[in-house]
Amino acid sequence: MSGSGRKSERLLNLLIMLLVQRHYIAKDRIREFLYPGTSTEAFEKMFERDKEELRSLGVPIEVGSLDAYFDDEPGYRVRLDQFALPDVSLTPDEAAVVGLATRVWQHARLAEATSEAVRKLTAAGLEVDASALDIAEPRLSADEPSFDVFWEATQDRAAVEFDYRRSGSTRTSTRHLQPWGVVRYSGRWYVVGFDTDRGEERVFRLSRVQGEARRTGQPGGYEIPAGTDVRAMTVRLAPPPSTGEAVLLVRRDAGVALRRDAVSVETDVDGPDRRTPWDRVRISRGGTGVADEVLGYGDAVYVEAPAELRTVVVDRLRRVAEAAR
Amino acid sequence: MTTSPAGARDQVARLLTLVPFLHSRGKVRLEDAAEALGVPPEQVLADLKVLLMCGLPGGYPDDLIDVDLDALEEPEGDGVIRVTNADYLARPLRLTPTEATAIIVALRALRGSADGDTREVVDRALAKLEAAAAHGAEAPAIDPGEAPGGPDLVRLEADLARAAADARQVRLHYFVPSRDEQSERVVDPRGIVRAHGFAYLDAWCHSAEAPRLFRLDRIQRAEVLDTPIQTEPAPPRDLGPEGLFERSADTTVVTLALEPAARWIVEYYPTDDVRPRRGGRLEVDLVVADERWLQRLLLRLAPHARVLAPSDIQERYLQAAGDTLRLYD
Repeated sequence: MSGSGRKSERLLNLLIMLLVQRHYIAKDRIREFLYPGTSTEAFEKMFERDKEELRSLGVPIEVGSLDAYFDDEPGYRVRLDQFALPDVSLTPDEAAVVGLATRVWQHARLAEATSEAVRKLTAAGLEVDASALDIAEPRLSADEPSFDVFWEATQDRAAVEFDYRRSGSTRTSTRHLQPWGVVRYSGRWYVVGFDTDRGEERVFRLSRVQGEARRTGQPGGYEIPAGTDVRAMTVRLAPPPSTGEAVLLVRRDAGVALRRDAVSVETDVDGPDRRTPWDRVRISRGGTGVADEVLGYGDAVYVEAPAELRTVVVDRLRRVAEAAR
Repeated sequence: MTTSPAGARDQVARLLTLVPFLHSRGKVRLEDAAEALGVPPEQVLADLKVLLMCGLPGGYPDDLIDVDLDALEEPEGDGVIRVTNADYLARPLRLTPTEATAIIVALRALRGSADGDTREVVDRALAKLEAAAAHGAEAPAIDPGEAPGGPDLVRLEADLARAAADARQVRLHYFVPSRDEQSERVVDPRGIVRAHGFAYLDAWCHSAEAPRLFRLDRIQRAEVLDTPIQTEPAPPRDLGPEGLFERSADTTVVTLALEPAARWIVEYYPTDDVRPRRGGRLEVDLVVADERWLQRLLLRLAPHARVLAPSDIQERYLQAAGDTLRLYD
């Protein structure tokens, strides 16, 4: 038997010993049965580590006092109702949906965690047959390096610290946040929470976090206000993905993407030149991105309105010419 | 088969799933159990040998868990796993917080891309799992929202993946942004790949007579045809960080000077070299396959990027910017 095989044995025997007894079991008894012939120091060390390993698997080991006569002696137990997966009876179509969930995550650790969850459900008697369903599963990816830290900090309610670069800014600043939730909005992941430097609710886009986020607080270090709706917060605080309308003049054979989601297209209108026919294309879009998008088309697209967008586009083109002089 | 040094914890985790799995199923063959656990049969056998040494404290033979190894190891054995005397391990362990959140968030994502009847099924499954996972705490605040592109894009991906598996041709209506052009072509699909947060169809394109990647959200329509593919079946490419912009003979290295506002492009596009300059500026050697693509990028970035070399590309960029500005005179 290999060393780790013996360790597996000891861990499992410890679990069984704590699980089958109704009462707390004294440390001495545990030592006598499972750690015979060890020095006190070696036993303490091994026992500590073994408990930690079982807890990391999710085994709820309780510590309690044995009884009034031995109040200085701690005892240990695992309650079956705390240990075991509660009964989850799923209908066949519900089970199929659960099976499909294993294919959603494109993030190695969370894909494995989902598969492990389904294995436990299968062990409880669930029959998973995802092939019976004709639904297409979405893919959830989370490539942002800081995703895991924010995810875990949110679960544990632990404060984090990270370097953040705001949109359009070159400066990075260190921020402190009590994360309340991680939300995907318009295809991007955000973290929302309470910014302890600013003293108010804030939202941060994970792709703008520079490097790794760091945990600074203890688990359970703060409370999330009751009734917090993290999605509503994100929608409220994140920059809107599309607002406003722009009116563009577009050359006849250009601007396919603009035309595709246009509000309206008016053909053969007066344009800024007569080299080609022009169409008037109204799009529902706003923010800084729309100027970039329009500029990308070069002289195939001309901004009629709004005036602010026109000013931005003209100004940016002037600066190109000036820089070249 | 031995376990890795860090393997004790994993081995115990597997056993805590294996025993209830056998308990709820009755007769299970070694291979089937291995498949359900996602490990080789030899590993399950090694796990069972550990189980044999476990049981109630007391040390009497009756206290130990019994595993019929003969059925698994002897030539005349039937390969069925028989574990007795382990009723106290009949129920699997609770979901850990990470497992619970991972599966609940995955189901929420499924919900976001499901329609009508399916959404109702997902809701029922979610409610039951959330109840089972709750440790007296509220549901984890991780919200995947709707699938980007919505249910249509999810459906498109499933249809294309199936066409690739069935080796059937597909007619694509596709938008090519670098040429600002709508196209129609017949392709032999190879599979779906992902890079930079987008999904692509990798396929042999009969118009280009070469393999091409098609970004799913730029496919306007895809018709799966009855005709089988005409090229040799090939697996989709593995898109590493550089895979999207595979270096071919006709790429050019272009040196750009980037103002801080244009720095982001080095995170998106393949570069040969990035040299920091004063004031947060960068000098970048960018790998370019198509000058039209680069000109479009330069205009989008205007005035925060300029071409240091080759100079004719910078001249054409200035020309394009000047032509555009003249529209407003």
